[in-house]
Amino acid sequence: MSRELEYYSRLVARGRLSRREFLGRAAALGVTATLANTMLVDAVRAAGPVRGGLLKAGLVGGESTNSLDPASFLTQVMFTFGKSWGEYLLTINPDGSLRRCIAEDYGASEDAKIWTFKIRQGVEFHNGKTVTAEDVVATLERHSNEESKSGALGIMRGIEKLEASGNEVIVTLKEPNADLPYLMTDYHLIIQPNGGKDNPAEGVSAGPYKVVVDEPGVRHVGERFANYWDADTLGFADQVEVIVINDATARTAALQGGQVHMINRVEPKIIEMVQRIAGVRIENAAGPGHYVFIMHCNTAPFDNNDLRMALKLAMNREEMVEKILRGYGTAGNDFPINASYPLFPDDIEQRVYDPEQAAFHYKKSGHDGSILLRTSEVAFPGAVDAAQLYQQSCAAAGIAIEIKREPGDGYWTEVWNKQPFSTSYWGGRPTQDQMYSTAYLSTADWNDTRFFNEKFDQLVLAARAELDETRRKQMYRDMAVMVRDEGGLILPMFNDVIDAVSEKVGGYVTGKTHELSDGFALAKCWLNA
Amino acid sequence: MGGAIARLIAQRIALGVLLLFAVSVLIFAGTQILPGDVAQSILGQSATPEAVANLREELGLNRPAVVRYFDWLGGILTGDLGRSLSNNRDIATAIGQRLGNTLFLAGVAAAVSVPLAIILGLIAVRYRNRWPDKMISAVTLASISLPEFFIGYLLIYLIAVQLGWFPSVSTVYDSMGFWERLSAVALPAATLTLVVLAHMMRMTRAAILNVMQSAYIETAELKGLSQFDIIRRHAFPNAVAPIVNVVMLNLAYLVVGVVVVEVIFVYPGMGQYLVDHVSKRDVPVVQACGLVFAAVYISLNIVADVVAIVSNPRLRHPK
Repeated sequence: MSRELEYYSRLVARGRLSRREFLGRAAALGVTATLANTMLVDAVRAAGPVRGGLLKAGLVGGESTNSLDPASFLTQVMFTFGKSWGEYLLTINPDGSLRRCIAEDYGASEDAKIWTFKIRQGVEFHNGKTVTAEDVVATLERHSNEESKSGALGIMRGIEKLEASGNEVIVTLKEPNADLPYLMTDYHLIIQPNGGKDNPAEGVSAGPYKVVVDEPGVRHVGERFANYWDADTLGFADQVEVIVINDATARTAALQGGQVHMINRVEPKIIEMVQRIAGVRIENAAGPGHYVFIMHCNTAPFDNNDLRMALKLAMNREEMVEKILRGYGTAGNDFPINASYPLFPDDIEQRVYDPEQAAFHYKKSGHDGSILLRTSEVAFPGAVDAAQLYQQSCAAAGIAIEIKREPGDGYWTEVWNKQPFSTSYWGGRPTQDQMYSTAYLSTADWNDTRFFNEKFDQLVLAARAELDETRRKQMYRDMAVMVRDEGGLILPMFNDVIDAVSEKVGGYVTGKTHELSDGFALAKCWLNA
Repeated sequence: MGGAIARLIAQRIALGVLLLFAVSVLIFAGTQILPGDVAQSILGQSATPEAVANLREELGLNRPAVVRYFDWLGGILTGDLGRSLSNNRDIATAIGQRLGNTLFLAGVAAAVSVPLAIILGLIAVRYRNRWPDKMISAVTLASISLPEFFIGYLLIYLIAVQLGWFPSVSTVYDSMGFWERLSAVALPAATLTLVVLAHMMRMTRAAILNVMQSAYIETAELKGLSQFDIIRRHAFPNAVAPIVNVVMLNLAYLVVGVVVVEVIFVYPGMGQYLVDHVSKRDVPVVQACGLVFAAVYISLNIVADVVAIVSNPRLRHPK
């Protein structure tokens, strides 16, 4: 039996048999889907990468205002294309470990305040120059400069001094930070010649592809870089192309018509239809991204913890996952961390929908009258529907919610982080420390729940300097419980990232945090012969 | 006679230029009163006050609006549209490419839809109130009644996905040959044709029918001319003016109003370009696009006027 199946799996690897047919035959032979899938992955790996061809992705999230300057990266197209032409000090593997790229090795002083990165020798930029420690320092300097307006500025603020010494880069921090190597994987931190100080938008780095066409908001093309330092791991297609397709239906049609090989952001409501398309499969990954309802802890009536608790208990999380995400996600527990993060505290009790307890806390808060919730289609896909579901589940607890639908244009400047109760989303961060520092520290720019808790702030700083993982995990657990029980965050669901990929694509690996194999799909995949 | 026409045309063009200046004032004033400070919206919410002040200085926002207007106007008259604030690209180059794409798509759509609409209109008149007339009206009215995105999706589903004749993604680029380009824009051009066909067809039909009531048509009939000859030689020339007006209106729409079709077919035209920059409050680009659109509208209307004058002896020889 298994020999027959092995034969079939090799056929799939060579593209002679579709994945769906294979699974059908496996089922007929009485093999579970899980085992069949494992066999398939092994067979495809054994068949090995195929070189050549033009690998195309149709992606949402590109505008004609985009620039190749990595400091300006914000949306998915530049994120994904950047990972095809850019090279980083370190990147995160799908299993959560770090891949050593330009940094061949790294280490910290005992107090995690001084970090040393050893620069790999002989790595070449697309312009023929060799990557030096000076280039790395210049890159980090440019992104730490307030004037660069870099998206990575927030994580670079903690750096006090940067110096190059031989083939080593020495980073001195203001405060100890055990997570620094993870922060270096930020997608803005593409290493450029002289740090891109001369011409930030020229699109030159040391990645597997070099930029040949750059038409913002239309398409971007990369051509395989012959002298890439790690050609056995990345860069199998001769060319990669990103076509900007912001319309969801057009994206699906392009994949169905074979004009692109992979698309991002498949809406949960059309997944079943996409699954029925021959030669296409859905790839979903549980990421750290989440949808939130946020209350300002310092604004009446939300300055009352009983009211906040009532509103948290009145959230029907299971219903949200089922109806808004169609099952492609997991229920949240009112703190912004899930299993995607290292050192995730997995023993905190799951909060469930409890209208009676909610009514109890609501009564105790003494609040009277309806509560205004602002939402918009742009807050997250299905945000308006989610607000209405929430209105219903609150009504069952005797809490009246009034929904105000705000226009999408201006929602992020006029409503989010300004109004006391609104819907929003977070994309997640590489580490727990980053997530808490970005949005829950008293001094954070984006403290969108107005959470001011001295004890919490101290814990964040202490955890940063703690190199012992057990103690650190305990600290993260304490922080999570504080946000969960005292914060202004209602977190009903973590959303999966959902891509659709053609059968022709080989080597697709489910990502850890972001869509399209954490953005590396174009660099990592190949076209089956 | 020639002199009189030349003078009339020169007058129209001068009026058009004057109008364009008036529009430029409106565009400039309009972008100035957009809510929010330009420097603030470029730098985003996390901007420091110093950075905003620096950028205001850099953009010259501290000078009086009148001075800035004439600076801007001077730049445009010398062909300098400035640089985009969001990605620091030369606006003239970017617009040139996008406008070329838009005009190509509009041109293809017009080349198909205008003759088709007029011929269908003529046929409808010839067989007035009989089945060809009713069928033409029903089909074109149905296609104009459907929203353009729906027609677009329908064509994508049937022609691109089911039949696979043309691509659903119409991205065009420089290295493409003419026929390749034509195949790429086939679906959006077909969508636009279906959208504009009815308006032009109905106008042709109505204008000619109006003329057909005249006494001289009856004379022509009594002379024994065939129906098509009467329509072609006697009725159509007198109905040209209103038809040209409608045709130009639709051509203008094909150039300035096709954002939805561009999005559905992923076509890199002016509409998408403008929308992207409006949402980023990239004012110089918005101003430049506004001016280009105004110029297209005004010049197409001048053409309509001129054709109307040339085709009408009463306007050609004013008393």
